[in-house]
Amino acid sequence: MASTYTPIATTTLGSAAATITLSSIPSTYTDLVMVFRGNNDAGANRAGYIRFNSDSGTNYSYTLLQGDGSSAGSGRDSNIAQSFFANVLGADTVAITQIMNYANTTTNKTFLSRGNSASTVTQAIVGLWRSTSAINSITLSLNASNYASGTNVTLYGVKSA
Amino acid sequence: MPILGIIASQNYPRITNSYESIATVTVGSGGASYAEFTSISSTYQHLQVRAVVRSTSGGYAGVTFNSDTGNNYASHELYGNGSSASAGAYTTRADIPLMPSATSSAASTFTALIIDVLDYANTSKYKTLRSLEGWDANGSGYVELQSGLWQSTSAISTLRITCAYGQSWQQYSSFALYGIKG
Repeated sequence: MASTYTPIATTTLGSAAATITLSSIPSTYTDLVMVFRGNNDAGANRAGYIRFNSDSGTNYSYTLLQGDGSSAGSGRDSNIAQSFFANVLGADTVAITQIMNYANTTTNKTFLSRGNSASTVTQAIVGLWRSTSAINSITLSLNASNYASGTNVTLYGVKSA
Repeated sequence: MPILGIIASQNYPRITNSYESIATVTVGSGGASYAEFTSISSTYQHLQVRAVVRSTSGGYAGVTFNSDTGNNYASHELYGNGSSASAGAYTTRADIPLMPSATSSAASTFTALIIDVLDYANTSKYKTLRSLEGWDANGSGYVELQSGLWQSTSAISTLRITCAYGQSWQQYSSFALYGIKG
């Protein structure tokens, strides 16, 4: 059997940045796995956003399940200009985002994300990008803050037989 | 015991050498009532199924092992529907019921499932799976975490994912099985 789970790109911020972009993603894999570990520079809880192929149209939505240490809840947003992949607060924030069947040109794109910030919240998210385009770039941003220096994002490709 | 994504940021060369594609089932235009992986080798530590599915009318994904249709399965679930979080449990079942899938009411939208079957070849333990599943259709959707139990000490050699309620997986549904080495 051939091994698969191939690192495609990794970036570590040397200084704070409003966005992190992973571009020129090849279409040779079946799924993508994005591993995020980082913080924001606001010192407060911030929503982490994800956008594909620089599409800023209102073509995104998500459904969320989360627990914050005192209660569990669920929510969603629809017809938004970017989706949501995790809340970001503290150097302990880790999010693993699974972008399924990202290169197909027949269906909309669904991703699953698990956001983990030990000081704040744990989350499960399903997101939708209403586009049949193959995903060739991913841009991360934050609500009203920057990603802090040292934030690291690694993208892997998983290829099925 | 590396699980996809969990320690990927720590040591990815090890992950890349430990994760292998075993087989893929892709559903054609005629649909399929189930997807099945047979003759699964016992040479891995864990299995992972990565699937995107769509059913004719919201049938759930029922997981069974080794063609066992006895009431030997159980599960717990935690899910959100966009308004509230809920939990449930199932016992003495003939399958492990995963999330209802996206339906024809949500055009071109598929449910995503990632299922980890842990220590699947062990012949001393009952078998446990965990899964993350969800679909969003821009105004509706579910996201779910689940654990499942198969009360058998047999090594798993066959894994079937049935579209429940007599429904069918629709075209472009796909199921990929991976093995993770210890």
